[in-house]
This record gives sequence, C-alpha cells and structure tokens, in this order.
Amino acid sequence: MSGTEHGLVGRTAAELATSIASGEVSAVEVTQAHLDRVDAVDGPAESGVHAFLHVDADGALAAAADVDARRAAGERLGPLAGVPLALKDVITTSDMPTTAGSRILDGWRPPYDATIARRLREADVVVLGKTNMDEFAMGSSTENSAFGPTRNPWDMTRIPGGSGGGSAASLAAYEAPLAIGTDTGGSIRQPAALTGTVGVKPTYGGVSRYGLIACASSLDQAGPCARTVLDAALLHSVVAGHDALDATSIDQPVPDVVGAARRGAEGDLTGLRVGVVKEFGGEGYQAGVEARFNDAVAQLSKLGAEVVEVSCPNFVYALPAYYLILPSEVSSNLARFDAMRYGLRVGDDGTRSAEEVMNRTRGAGFGAEAKRRIMLGTYALSSGYYDAYYGQAQKVRTLVARDFEAAFGRVDVLVSPTTPTTAFPIGERVDDPLAMYRNDLCTIPSNLAGNASASFPCGLADEDGLPVGLHVMAPVLADDRLYRVGAALEQAYAGSWGGLLLNQAPELKESAS
Amino acid sequence: MTTAERVNPSSLPGFDDAIARFEPVMGMEVHVELGTATKMFCGCSTEFGGDPNSQVCPVCLGLPGSLPVVNGTAVESAICIGLALNCDIAEWCRFARKNYFYPDMPKNFQVSQYDEPIAFDGWLDVTVPGADATAEPDVYRIGIERAHMEEDTGKSLHVGGATGRIHGASHSLLDYNRSGIPLIEIVTKPIEVPPAVAPAVARAYVTELRELIKALAVSEARMELGQMRCDANVSLRPVGTTAFGTRTETKNVNSMRSVERAVTYEVRRQAAVLTEGGSIVQETRHWHEDTGETTAGRAKEEAEDYRYFPEPDLVPIAPSREWVEQLRTTLPEPPAARRARLQAEWGFTDLEMRDVVNAGAMPLIEATITAGADAAGAKKWWLGEISRTANERGTALEDAGITPADVARVEELVAAGSLNDKLARQVVEGVLAGEGAPDVVVEARGLAVVSDDSALGAAVDDAIAANPDVAEKIRGGNMGAVGAIIGSVMKATQGQADAKRARELIIERLGG
Repeated sequence: MSGTEHGLVGRTAAELATSIASGEVSAVEVTQAHLDRVDAVDGPAESGVHAFLHVDADGALAAAADVDARRAAGERLGPLAGVPLALKDVITTSDMPTTAGSRILDGWRPPYDATIARRLREADVVVLGKTNMDEFAMGSSTENSAFGPTRNPWDMTRIPGGSGGGSAASLAAYEAPLAIGTDTGGSIRQPAALTGTVGVKPTYGGVSRYGLIACASSLDQAGPCARTVLDAALLHSVVAGHDALDATSIDQPVPDVVGAARRGAEGDLTGLRVGVVKEFGGEGYQAGVEARFNDAVAQLSKLGAEVVEVSCPNFVYALPAYYLILPSEVSSNLARFDAMRYGLRVGDDGTRSAEEVMNRTRGAGFGAEAKRRIMLGTYALSSGYYDAYYGQAQKVRTLVARDFEAAFGRVDVLVSPTTPTTAFPIGERVDDPLAMYRNDLCTIPSNLAGNASASFPCGLADEDGLPVGLHVMAPVLADDRLYRVGAALEQAYAGSWGGLLLNQAPELKESAS
Repeated sequence: MTTAERVNPSSLPGFDDAIARFEPVMGMEVHVELGTATKMFCGCSTEFGGDPNSQVCPVCLGLPGSLPVVNGTAVESAICIGLALNCDIAEWCRFARKNYFYPDMPKNFQVSQYDEPIAFDGWLDVTVPGADATAEPDVYRIGIERAHMEEDTGKSLHVGGATGRIHGASHSLLDYNRSGIPLIEIVTKPIEVPPAVAPAVARAYVTELRELIKALAVSEARMELGQMRCDANVSLRPVGTTAFGTRTETKNVNSMRSVERAVTYEVRRQAAVLTEGGSIVQETRHWHEDTGETTAGRAKEEAEDYRYFPEPDLVPIAPSREWVEQLRTTLPEPPAARRARLQAEWGFTDLEMRDVVNAGAMPLIEATITAGADAAGAKKWWLGEISRTANERGTALEDAGITPADVARVEELVAAGSLNDKLARQVVEGVLAGEGAPDVVVEARGLAVVSDDSALGAAVDDAIAANPDVAEKIRGGNMGAVGAIIGSVMKATQGQADAKRARELIIERLGG
C-alpha cells in the first residue's frame, strides 16, 4: 500500500506545508487526520504501535487553528507551518508532561520549553504529542521504557529500535510526517534503519541541547526524523542553529541542508568520493543487511560517486570506549533524580531521612538498564579506576576522531550498514545487554567524534523482508553532504520501490475506535 | 558531637607548651562569593536576602534538560584574583563535576574545577607585629597553591532540633537562592612559619586576602554574610622533624579573630592527643565561636569519592594572553603597598598605622585628607571621638553618621581659629548626634569662638578685676600666672573665648 493511499497522513511534510500554505487543506484538517490515525493505530499500549506516551489533541488542534487564522489574515508563516510533528519525550515541554521514558519522572510537567520545542512553536509546527523511548534514551529497542515497548509497524512482534523507537514508529505508522529524535549512540539512526525511515544525527552542537534531558552530555545530539530526505532537511533547518543557552552549541551558520537535499534529488553524485568502512561488515552482520548495503554502494557508484575502501582501525574500539564514557556521564547526569524537587517520591512518611527517601525513590524509579549504567559509570569514575577506564576511553575517543579525520582527508563521506541486523523480536535481547549494545556498533563512532551521520532506507533483507539502513557519515559541519547522498539514493530507488521503501510495509490493523 | 569528644579546654596544654614539643603546619582554604550581578551559570540575581527560592530558574534548580553557561564576569574576576595573588593564569582549563549527594545541591554534583584551576602557583605577603611594640613587623610569604571557580550550593535550614544542625532536626527547608552563586576557592600551599606566630599568621593571611578582594572590588567579602568563608587545616609534627602529621580541617571559621583562635585551639588539642600517645584522625571539625572549641565532624575515611570528571556541558576556558595582560593593567595598587605608601605620606609610626588599619579607618582618613585636613587631625577624630561613638552604637566607622568632608570642615574651622579644641569636640558630637553638618551645628549651638575684642575685652577686664592678686603677679613679671586669668575668661564665656587672643589682651592690659 503506498503512502498516497493514506490520504492526508500519507503525504510528506513538504506536500502538507504546500497544501496548507495554498489553502488547499487547513492545518486543522491535517492535524485532525493525524490525530485520527493515532487513535486508530497507536493504542492500546499492549498491542498497538504505542509510539506515543502522551497525545495533546486539544493543544495540537488549537495550534493548527491558530495557523489557519493567521494564514487567513495574510500573515507570513514558516516553511513547515501547520505540519504535525511527534516529539521524543526527552525534550522538555511546558504544556505537556515529559518523562524521558522513566517512572521517576512520571507526570512531571516541566516549567520551561526546550530550545527545540520553542523553535518548533515559533515555526508554527504542530506538536501532536510526546513519543515513547528507552528510559533516559538508554537502549536500542524501546523495551527499556517504563511505559511498555513500542512496536515496529513492519512487524508488530518486533522492536522498532531505540532509544527513539517511538519517533521512528510514529513516522512508519503514518501517525506523524515529522518527528524529533535524539541520538547518543545511534538512537535516531538505528530506529530509522529498522523502520525504513530517514534519521539524521547532526554535527554535535548543531542543534541545541537546552531542554534535552541528558543521557550522556558529550554524546547527545537531537535531530530530525522523517519519511523523506527533503522532509528531514526542512525540519533540520527549523531546529538547528546557535543557542546561547547551550555552551556546546556551535556558533556558525547551519549548513544548507535543504538546498543539498534538492540538488541530491537530481540524482547526480559525480565527483563525490565515498569511503566504505572496511571494519564494519562480515561476522555478526546479517546476510540480507550486507546484500542491501552492497546494492546501495553499487547504486552510489552508478550515480557517479567514486567508491573506495577505507580503513578506520580504531572504530572497533569505539563500542567499549563508549560503554565507559556513556555510563560515566549517565551516573552523574542521573544523580539529580533524588525526589527532593520534582518527580517520584517514595517512602516519605515523615520517619525517614532525606537519604533514605532518595534511596527508595531511585530504587523504585529507575529501571534495570538505568541502574546498570549508573553502577558501571560510578565504578568507572571511582578514584583509582578513573585513569584505566574513563581516561583510557577518552584516549580511544581521540583515536576514533583521528580515524575520521584521516578518512575525510581521502573521501567526502563514509558509508556502512546502519545496524548489523534488521529489527529483532520483542524480548529477544532483553536479557543479553551485550547483544543489545552491538546494535550500535556502526553508529557509535560518530557520537564519539561528534561528526554528522544519517541512516537512509536501502531496501529489505531477503531473509525476513525487513528494512535495512545505509549509514552515511560526514565531517563535522558537513551535514549537507548527508542530504545530498540520501536524496540521490531515494530518487534512484523510487523507480524500483514505487516511491518510498515504506510503501512496501504491511497495512496496519486499525482499531474500531 | 559525642560526649567522648568533649574535652575540657582547661585540661589542654597551653599553646606555649604545645609548641615546645610540636610544630604546626597550616593550610587555608578560603571561599569568596563573587559580587557579580548574576549567578555563575545562569541569569538569576545574586542579591542577598531575597525571599527563599525567589531567585531561581531551571538552570540553578538543576531541572532535567537545563544547561549551564559560564558568566564571563566571574571568569574575569577569577583571573584578577589570580593575578593579584601573583599566580600563573591557565592558558586552557576546564570545569569538572564534583559528584556527591546532598539535598541542597540540586544536580547532586557541583560544577567546580579539579586538576585544571584557572589560577595556580602564586603568593601573598602578610605582616604580623614584631615580638614587642618596638620591633619591626615580620613579613611572611604565603604560597598560593591555586584559585579556582565553582558554584555555591543552596542552603539547608534544619528545623525542630535544638542546635540548628541536622542532628535531632525533624525536617529541613531548602532555599536555592544561593545555588549557583559564583565562588572562588583560594587554597594555600602548606604554611610553615615559626610556631609562636602561626595563629597570628593565619589571621593575617585571611585579613590580607580580604583586603585584596575588597581592593579588587570583586566581592564585598563580608564574612558575617558568608561572602567569605574560611576552612583551616592544621597538623602537628614533632619539633625538628619535616614530614607532615595528619591534618584536621576546621570548617566555617568565619571571622578573623576566630581564625586565630581556632588554629590555637587545634594546636593545643592535637598536642594533647599526641602527647598522650594517641593519633590524630583525619576529619573535618566544627568551630564553636561561643566556647572557642572545635568538635569532630565527618571522618575522612567515610568521606565520599567525588568521582571528578571534566564537565561535558561546558567548553574549556582559554583566556588569551592579551586579555590576561589587559586585566593585569586594571589591577589596583596592592593593599600592602598602599598601606606602606599612605603610612609614609602621613608620617605615621608602625603602631599608629596598625591602629588605623585595625580600626578600618584608612580609607576614611584618606578621604578626610583629600577633603583638606591634615593627617594627624584626621586620625585624631576617626580613632577618637568617632571610633568611640561607633563602638558604643555597634556600627561600622563609616556608618557612624559623619563624613570625611564633615571632619575636614571641623579641622578647617579649628585652623581658622573659629573653633577651639573643646568646641570642635562639641561640633563633632553634634554631627554624630544627627544635628546636621558642622556649620549647622555651630550655628544651632552657638559654638563660635569669641574673638571679637570688645566682647572679649570686657570679659578680660572682668577677670582681672575679679583676681587682683593674680593680676598683681603678672604686673610683677610672673607670666606663668596669665593662665589663671585665661581660665577665668574661659569660664565666663563658657569656653567660647579665643584663648590666644585673650592672652594677648591680658598682656596688653597688665604690661609684659
């Protein structure tokens, strides 16, 4: 079933924006259509897609009505005015609860908007609600959400990836044309790959982190998720740019990602040098994933790109280094959840000390993965172990960045599969953290080095018919290159796929409501 | 505090006995709250005394998702403090997270600096009085290990207990107005000075540091408001040895006098423990102003591992050498140099100057001289009449109710002969009582000296007539008797006569 058969919810964000701007449809109609779709497929939590943790129908319709009124009054509106969006529940919103997928923040309503949320409002984007995620963005399946897993619209028995599984699934289920994700080790790109959608992790510092509840501060980066490359670029240009409230925000012009997406769609990659990362492939990689990856590389070559193999020898150490740096930062970032000022409070019956209440609250409020990483990080930073663990991992981080530097001296972009495997069944890896961690093998180096990366759909694996993603990595502040490559590939595949890969996904059962 | 901890100070050895056997080594850690308008990492006001939790935002409350941004003025102040302490300024440094749980610390980590302080390796000269009043003062150079930036925590108010401490309290209240106020922590190198002067050196260091901070105008450094807080580390070692003993850290010793007392007490206490064959426990100790004792706080072996690591939410600070040198040119004259210069200009002895400094009168005397008075006159008023009144009222000298310009005006009237000493005192008294400026008081109280010859001549004639015996002596050439007639004139004029002119008139009449 193709996207166009879904009516309004099947349209791209670019199409919706044009239709709303021309008055062909109203923002309210568009918003209502998406709310109806959410009603039809998202619940119940036990069997629906469960992409959303919170839907703000009234707020969304009010925002849409405001867009319509201002358009009618002749006001000039932003490029995505009236287009609905699903916001990952790790971004603070003053008008909706924000939980980060954790019991410890259940019901918390932040008193302030994240910079991303503010920019979306200022651009007149209509925020439908908040999407499900692994607790504090720690996980690769959304199974670590305190509120139950999200399901993959391609196969409702499988995970949609994580941590941003809710955002990716909302796109694949036509509940929203746009979503915001955050990526600490692959949380935008891996779900994109597993759901046949587009996910971009911008250059670190490209999008403000103010109001993004931190997982690991030096690795976290918010970015756009969409069904098409152009939609992702449009969203990217709305949320990116310097923010004085984030000291790590880059004070430089945002790369022209929309222009790059449009030029890329012309399908000419002549002159582009593409490096295939030698270290990512072989043992542990699903055959169907490798086959589709090789097809995509051949496709790039056919579009005029010059393809070479590039060795990045330190990338194999990226995963272990990441699993020292990330938990170290997590152990510190999650310390503030202590029941004193907001969120869950357990055991405060007037007889217990603050310390006891803190202990009980943290014991009850954090899930197993959060606790595991807090303990790992606390250990890694302990006096006497710091140099051997955190210190050594930072050295590896530098080596990974140098590998990128050397590679980008030879090629314009690097490519690899986004994930070693396609979407796996819910429950398969919950008891095997190491198998779970391996999902992010290819995506982690870009978080360590801070450069821009993205995942684009590149076909279905033969053995299971599930989507495979092409991972494209570009240098710091060269985010536009990702869009050029992604758009060229999307255009090249459109013929054989009959449009987007997502058109081949099975139709979801709509509930009676 | 456990009962076992209680020691009877009278059972401790005297300080002199203690240092006969042991040498103290000290280390001072001083926190200074910077006087910036906004906090270290957000735009909230730093004003003191606001309603609890009225000066907070997502950043200083550590709300999920919030991020710090460094206050540039605080960095500038830190560099100025570093330069004034003769430190090197780091070309590149970072903030670090100091991780520990406490309810008044909203993120459960403090953003501080760890192994990369902004300023390091400096010194500060301090002066302590010589062994007796005639001896030259002794100067000691205190090594500065580092000065680093950090954020303050909120405040806990423990309610329901007897002592205000957490022990025995029923609950606690939290005020985050202080959370995120910029602090500079200044840490000395080990201070090894002659044992006899150690407590005085500790006091002189804190005093001098406070003068320096005030001269830099980066903080008012008012210890009673917690704007400057001092922790004193003390260890003892047997006389003649070089290895450091185990140290204790006495927290929140928050007056100059307390610094000296706390060090003295710790020297005596540790000497008692060591003399009895015991060993010193490495611990923090609480200072009790009322009893003059320290008591055990938390032992260091239970102390937490702070798991420092570089703060990933902030970028490194790399002050350019040009900026640092530019800041160096803005530094004020160092307080010690300023004192020496003014002392020389004013012609005061060491002892006089020390009195002036201890009274906090130096800037007031300087301003009085600028307004036209001479040094001796200015000093006489500020250390005399005005100090006495300020002490009686328990106010600072500058708040006593008289300005340097007022004092200069009184001196001017005296020099012009319009006031004599006694009258001038009455004028100052009137100004201090709030009766107005000196000229207003003179007018209102009718205090002008009587030097008009007709009025004075009549008084002189009366006095001569009333004291014929004395007049006879003067006629006989006994000029020493003139004073008696003057006294009589003064009495008759209620002290308002110009004594000099009266003498002239007496001699005119009785022949010299």
